[in-house]
This record gives sequence, C-alpha cells and structure tokens, in this order.
Amino acid sequence: MTAPKSPRVVVIGAGPAGLRAVEVLARAGLRPVLVDEASRPGGQIYRQPPAGAERPPEALYGLEAGKARALHALPAELGAAIDYRPGTLAWAIEDTGIDLLGPKGFERLDFDRLILATGAMDRVLPFPGWTLPGVFTLGAAQIALKAQGMAIGARVALVGAGPLLPLIVHQYRKAGATVVAALDVTPFGAKVAALPGLLNEPVTLAKGLWYTARNAMAGLSIRSGVAAVAVQGRDRVEALVWRDAKGREHRVACDAVGASFGLRSEAQLADLAKLDFVFEPVTRQWIPRRDPAGRSSRADVYLAGDGAGIGGADAAELQGARAALALLEDIGRPVEAARVAALDARLARQARFRAALERAYPFPAHLVDAIADDEILCRCEGITAGTVRAAARDREAGEMNRLKALTRLGMGRCQGRVCGQAAAEVLARALDRDVATVGRLRGNPPVKPIPIREALT
Amino acid sequence: MTAAPTQSAAAPAPLFRRLHPRAGETVAFTIDGRPAAAKVGDLLLSAILLNGGALRRFEFGDGHRAGFCLMGACQDCWVDLADGRRLRACTTPVEPGMAVVIDGVRP
Repeated sequence: MTAPKSPRVVVIGAGPAGLRAVEVLARAGLRPVLVDEASRPGGQIYRQPPAGAERPPEALYGLEAGKARALHALPAELGAAIDYRPGTLAWAIEDTGIDLLGPKGFERLDFDRLILATGAMDRVLPFPGWTLPGVFTLGAAQIALKAQGMAIGARVALVGAGPLLPLIVHQYRKAGATVVAALDVTPFGAKVAALPGLLNEPVTLAKGLWYTARNAMAGLSIRSGVAAVAVQGRDRVEALVWRDAKGREHRVACDAVGASFGLRSEAQLADLAKLDFVFEPVTRQWIPRRDPAGRSSRADVYLAGDGAGIGGADAAELQGARAALALLEDIGRPVEAARVAALDARLARQARFRAALERAYPFPAHLVDAIADDEILCRCEGITAGTVRAAARDREAGEMNRLKALTRLGMGRCQGRVCGQAAAEVLARALDRDVATVGRLRGNPPVKPIPIREALT
Repeated sequence: MTAAPTQSAAAPAPLFRRLHPRAGETVAFTIDGRPAAAKVGDLLLSAILLNGGALRRFEFGDGHRAGFCLMGACQDCWVDLADGRRLRACTTPVEPGMAVVIDGVRP
C-alpha cells in the first residue's frame, strides 16, 4: 500500500504572509514551494539589503527588528521541508499552471493548491511635478534607507496619507538625513476621531504616537490637512510648494520628494487566476474576494496578506498562518481548533484596528479633484488627465479597459499598477459616476516585463 | 511659478546620499562614458543616483526619469547598458565595468 500522494502546494511571495504560510504547511509535512521575486526573504516591509550591504536588523527595522529577524530566519530553519525559489518571478497563471522566470530560466509549475501572498505597493496619486527625477514614493524613500543605507536626496520632503509617513520621517531623521518638510494630506481631526478604534492594537498605536512625539521633539512636526502639493523644477526637483489647511501657500527648497497616499494591493496574479474581485469602498480599490480564513472564490486558491486588501505586516503574518490552516483543513489534514480560534480572534482585532486606521487616514479626494488637464496620469506612456477626460467626453470611454484601448493609459511597462486607481477616479469624475462603476484594468501576462528572447526558446 | 534653469538631470550632481558609509570593495563603472564609483552591495539604481540625477531619458516626452517605487513594481528604472543589456536598476546589483547609457548613443 502506498501513502496518498501529497498535494503540491505553491506559495507566491516571501513577505510576512507567505513565510508564515509555508511555516504552517511545512510543519504539516507538505513541502510547499515558496516562489519569491526577491533574492532574500522578508518582502518589502522587512526588505533585506543585497549581499555586501548588510546591517544589523536593529538598525534597519527599529522596534520591528525581532519580527524581521524571525521571518528572515524561517527559510533556513525550515531547510529541506520547503522548496524555496528566491529570485523567481511568477509572471503568469493559467488554470493550475504558474509561469516562472528564475535563475535557471523559464519553467511551468503546476499546483494542486496555491496561496497568493503578493503584497502591496504605494498608492500613487498624481500632483504637479510628480514625474520629475527626484520624486519617489514613500515606500521607495524607506527602501533606499533600509536596503542601501541611503537617503533619496540631500534635502528631502515627505508627503503622505497613512501611518507610513510618521515612521519614515522618524527613520530618516534618526539616520541623519535632512527632512525639510513632513506633510499629511489628511485632516488631524480624523486621527482624533479614530482613536477609540485604534486602541484595538494598543502597542501599534503606542509606536505610532512615539514616532510622532520623537519627530515633534526634534522640531519636525507633521503638518496635517495639507490641501495641495506641487513639485517645482526644470529637469529635477528644486522645491516643494504646498497649501495648508487655511489656504496659505508655503515653499521649501529640496532636491528629493517622497510622496504616496496609502497602499494598494498587488492583485495581478489573482486576476490571472480568475478570482472574483470586490470593490472595497473605504480604500476605493478592487481587491480579490476572500473569506476571513483566506479562501478565495476558487476552491484551490487562497489569499493572505496585503495582496488582497491592506492589513499591514502584523495582520499579514496572522493571515498567512490562517490561510495555510484553511488549506490543510480543506485537504483533510488535522487542524487544531483552538489554534484556529486564537488566530481568528487576533485577526478580528486587527480588522477593527485597520478600520479605525482607514478612518484616521481617509482617501484624499481633494488631490484627485485638483488634477489639471496637462498632468501626466500614466507615467509609463505619458498619458494626461486631459486625454482621459476627452476620451470620457468624446469617445464613450465608460470603463477602464475601454479607456486603456483608446488612450494607451495602463498599457505601459507597469501594466497600470501606478496609474490605475487615479485614472479610475479621474474617469469616474469626468463621467459624473461612482468610481466602482468604471471597473478596473484587467491583468495581462506577463505581469512584469520578461526578456522575449528567452521566452521564445 | 517656474524655476531657474539648471543643468541636465544626467549631469554629475548626485541625487542619493549615502548615510552609512561602509568598507568593502569599490565598483568602477561608467555613465555615458564618464567614470563613476559605487560599493559592492549597491544596487544599479543607487550606484547611478549617487553619481548623477537620473537613470534614463523619458521615451515619450521631454526630460529624464530616476526611478519611482524601488520595489520592482513601477518599472520606471529600466536602464540601458552599452553592451545591449536592459536592466531593472532597483533590483540589479551594480557590477564592475557596467557602461550605463543615459544621454549617450545607444548600442
């Protein structure tokens, strides 16, 4: 008699969610495949420097060093109990096959069960000057520091609409960078109103308040309720001009700007896996539908972490473990009920905290209302807001994919990752409709550029 | 409001600042034929921006680009090398002898 064949389980993404998922699966004896585009584990939040640029985790991740250290150690700890594939891009999914491009070239990997833990990137909204060299996302500003020990400029202005802003201001200041402005485009009153809900995660709240207090003590108070920002410069950043809540204009000389407005899920692979998506009205984005355990609309695909709705790194670790337990349960493996119940309780508290955080940092609609016709929306192809509005007015572009076909917006190298959400907002306003009704850009393989020469051989 | 004219983005005024100098080998490479230096462990993006203000020309309009997301998502930082390679600079370590082409003649 032969033992029943173990199903092949694949996890895509080696951030907090994917790593905790493979841990659970490996301990159950499944030997999951862990596919990750980066050469070292940790994802973006716990991104590791490349070889030769290493620094101690305490210097890179501050109060989160313990979590980072534990996650980074996992693949080595699990050893042969997992099939870890770093440096490997999953660029397409078709039925139960994943197309990979790794160190040894192209490969098709079939799965019985798949956990997508694809993470998030900064949510980007255009403002005057945002395509100038020297303007980066807030996440980029943080990665320059974490992965390279560098600041994005000599005089840096930071602009945000989320909890990343006080953290990066703190990290830059502590590293000895010169931060000349720290601007929050959401109102201060929203944070006060959200406080009771934020107490669901008192330690996380305390950290946020501590960063804010340390920044203030260093003379770097974050200005809330900023009404408008614009970058000036000819072929590089020279100044940031901004308007405060009372309508007064300010100008600060700088050579680099880190700016983004919350986070957005990386969901292209979920789209290629043909999962159902739902519109999430608070963050105004389309995310793959999942139940509280991480089950998607497809029986053999699970979702964990920020790739299916933003929850942050701590929630991602819990979701990774929870999705793996759901998978084990679904294939008839024993699962400890008490462990599931404990995870569910912690996830419920995280969800209440996240809801309050979204109230503290509401979507900055005023920035979208202010996008001028000559502003570039799609930075890959150089498509302006005026082109989008004209397509809405004159060419019956009533939906995002029609808009893409008519204007080339979202057709460039990034596949609409950067411009998709802002373009939907601009299109919906031009049509005087709710943003949910204009839909979203469909995912297309390859989800990232791949060398065509190798693909054809 | 318009700003005063400045030099080209690809000219030597650097964008990035190294806050944590480290020992380790120097990596010699070139930008439009001009000698440049980085350290082992620097990404191609950081190496170029420590030595200049941009990574590439924008192919559909005026001006240059210097990367944007640094996490391999936005694809803004694809860089041309004189040997014909095209590399995403935010996920590629700098290597000795790389000849980056920004404003110079393409292969």
